Amino acid sequence: MTEKLDVTLSVNGKRYEMKVEPRRMLADAIREECGLTGTHLGCEHGVCGACTILMDDKPVRSCLMFAVQAEGAELRTVEGLAKGNELHPIQQAFWDHHGLQCGFCTPGFLMLATGVLEQNPNIGDEELVHALSSNLCRCTGYQNILKAVKAAREEMKP
Amino acid sequence: MKWVGQPIPRLRDPVLLKGKGRFTADIAVGAMAIRFVRSPVARGTICGIEIPEGAVVFTAADITDIKPLRPILHGRNYVPTDQPILANKRVTYVGEPVAAVIAATQSEAEDIAEQVMLDIDVLDPAIDVDEALKPDAPRVHDQAPGNVLVETSLKTPGFDAVWAKAAQVVEVDIRSRRQNAMPMETRNAHAVFDHSTGRVTLYTSVQNPHPIRTGIADVLGMPETDLRVVAPDVGGGFGQKMALVPEYVFAVWVARKLEASVAWIEDRNENLIASFHSRDQHHTVKAAFDENAKLIALEADLRCNVGAYSNYPITCGVEPLMAMSELPGPYDLREYSVRTRGVTTNTCPMAPYRGVSRPVLTLSMERIMNLAADRFGLDPVEMRRRNLITEFPYKTVTGSLYDAGTYWESLERSAEVLDLKGFRERQKKAREEGRYLGIGFSVFNERSGYGTPTFAARGMEITPGYETVEMAMDPSGYVIARIGASPHGQGLETGLSQIIADELGIEPSRIRIISGDTDATPYGWGTFASRSLVLAGGASKLAAEQMRERLNKIAGHLLQAPPEEIELAGGVARRRGHEGSVEITALARAAHHQSQLFGGGGPGLTTIATYDPAGTFSNACHSAIVEVDIETGHVKIERFLVVEDAGILINPMIVDGQIHGGVVQGIANALFEEIIYDETGNILTGSLMDFIPPTMSEVPTIEIEHLETLTDASITKAKGIGEGGTIGPPAAIINAISDALKPFGVEIFEIPATPPRIRQLIREAAKEKS
Ligand code: FES
Ligand code: FES
Repeated sequence: MTEKLDVTLSVNGKRYEMKVEPRRMLADAIREECGLTGTHLGCEHGVCGACTILMDDKPVRSCLMFAVQAEGAELRTVEGLAKGNELHPIQQAFWDHHGLQCGFCTPGFLMLATGVLEQNPNIGDEELVHALSSNLCRCTGYQNILKAVKAAREEMKP
Repeated sequence: MKWVGQPIPRLRDPVLLKGKGRFTADIAVGAMAIRFVRSPVARGTICGIEIPEGAVVFTAADITDIKPLRPILHGRNYVPTDQPILANKRVTYVGEPVAAVIAATQSEAEDIAEQVMLDIDVLDPAIDVDEALKPDAPRVHDQAPGNVLVETSLKTPGFDAVWAKAAQVVEVDIRSRRQNAMPMETRNAHAVFDHSTGRVTLYTSVQNPHPIRTGIADVLGMPETDLRVVAPDVGGGFGQKMALVPEYVFAVWVARKLEASVAWIEDRNENLIASFHSRDQHHTVKAAFDENAKLIALEADLRCNVGAYSNYPITCGVEPLMAMSELPGPYDLREYSVRTRGVTTNTCPMAPYRGVSRPVLTLSMERIMNLAADRFGLDPVEMRRRNLITEFPYKTVTGSLYDAGTYWESLERSAEVLDLKGFRERQKKAREEGRYLGIGFSVFNERSGYGTPTFAARGMEITPGYETVEMAMDPSGYVIARIGASPHGQGLETGLSQIIADELGIEPSRIRIISGDTDATPYGWGTFASRSLVLAGGASKLAAEQMRERLNKIAGHLLQAPPEEIELAGGVARRRGHEGSVEITALARAAHHQSQLFGGGGPGLTTIATYDPAGTFSNACHSAIVEVDIETGHVKIERFLVVEDAGILINPMIVDGQIHGGVVQGIANALFEEIIYDETGNILTGSLMDFIPPTMSEVPTIEIEHLETLTDASITKAKGIGEGGTIGPPAAIINAISDALKPFGVEIFEIPATPPRIRQLIREAAKEKS
């Protein structure tokens, strides 16, 4: 076993201090050290996108990064979307349009879509499909995920 | 207002949307980790296992007190298999658990697992279903010479005479390659030992906690009550999570042994290689038609690769027996000769996957219909019109009873929506431009919502079927319904709440559905086989009807009216045609707190009901329009249409969602996904990069239309919808590709129809021509 390092993560505006091995994956640190289990692991090798979070507002796969690499960055996870009981427009749209079934891929899709729409509020349909194709869902056939994200695109326009 | 039929949003979604769902791995944070060391070879003798110093590692020698898994089927020449919890003396497939490492953390367990050395004498394996049937094939199990674990046949008495009169005989040889259901959440088992009671709670991502508990308790020799099985939030199952696996058994055993909290969280590679596979089938089917293109007899030889072991509790009979009994599908057939076999090989065991056999058998029948149409010079719709069943109830040649459906109507409507005539013109023009478009239809029916009468006919020692619902209204007027079904993404809670709400005249938001916990729910069979809404829905309706009668009685007393004149709606009870009403919450309070008024000491507001029907048949027509790039073999789906009939739609939004998801799995089955073994039994598709599940980019917009036949075979008049989406796409898409490639004389008989396969067929056809 290697020596543990001091790491401070900033997640959803809150600071988490921890001691982790250098090989500790960011997703594991978020889930276990921070206790934020909304970020899911579907493959742990960068294909499914269930672990997608926002790092300095950009969608990243937290299963492909080490916790130490996230030091100093602002991280956002699914737990940071809603304000208390008030759902974020992207969450509301997924609810209204039945964009989830088992809900396992959902946090990853919500963070991916949030990142994409924040960066490019006027993103075109084709580009949107392309962007959302980074993540996998096994339940919804993607039909209602796309519908939901398109609806959120309207809601989130600044 | 009626709640049934409304597309109301799902009740549990906010929790999942906020990331507050509780999946097994979330609950297991902090538990000791279990890591299995798995066999790297398909068949061999274990000569030794070297364990690193000081490590906690268990092997077969340590668990001699656990019985092997031995699922039982009666008749059908079934040969039982004993699946060890950890491989004992021999290994039978790549991925079989051989040893189990326990460590404080996952990464430590992984490190240790890598240092466990397996010394295995490699033997020649049987991998392919047809190779395994050859006389000199390696024998997977000593007790099954010939490698057949289940075999049955049937021949109607008039078959030979009718066959001899055939005007045309059409033959297909259909090969369906191996699939993995691939739920996004992998399997897992988190077993927690309770120091005060000695009980164990097993959190596990399964579809059927009660039968899983029975299976584990049986092989561990412990009372079922000492084990609580909880299926918390479950990230998809699709059949893969309804069979008992050695890993769950081991987790419970080791939690008791170490008096600790342990967790196995499967990784994706384990899931792809060692979770259940399915659909590895080879069908040879011949169909005889009379001069009017009417199907008169069908002959079939069906081989299903069932892998290394039979699965508990359904057994490895599930695919071969389903394939045999349901092959004729929506088509009228009186003479049938069929042989079906479940063939064991040194590959990952087979278990149900959404649609079970029907995607493959529908492909067989629908390819036959298309080839026959060509033979008779008919269009595919007319060909099917002459053969689809239109009169109900219909008793099939294998003894099933079809309740009313819309087999012909769904096809007729599909041809209309897709404008078949217009399409043919467009197709012709496109061909002149060197573009290849094709259209394909796939008509099928699906047995759904079936209870013990149907399962019993299959000879399973453990006969699933009924569902029970326990219902209680508390003094505040809220309702709890405890169900044996175990939804995992289907939104069943919402549908059941709608059914109950209508019976009781209250809002769905006042209803809580409790599922997935053996301590809190009545014994039931879980969620699979397109059954839960029909069965748990039926039982919910029955329990709610009893509840309504109780409430009517109390309201009658308070309103001084005969109970049969009371009506519950909008949260109040009133006497029909009279002024004055009483809140249902007041009835609830009175029932508990003034029971002396109603004869005292009664049962309060608790009801229980069980529903166990024979089942009902849903049906659909799926159609696809595709364009094939003949240079690359790439297929683009231009349109995909579903016209389906699942009876009354309890929640249309949820129904459409089920269809969407199913169709995309079916498209994956038709075009993309395949688990590939090399001849040594090694899996070449051990990551999602290689298995190629479709992303949003590969999926067309799915068009849906509903037909609603009101059946008497289901008391809610709802039919099952869970699997249908998955059944139709392979046949529709493969027929469409074959239609597109008509100018080349290419017909497709193998799925997935990947670009290399399509290119090869085009090349071969060209060679033959020249
Ligand atoms: S878990 Fe990170 S991409 Fe799949
Ligand atoms: S909702 Fe189940 S995987 Fe997407």
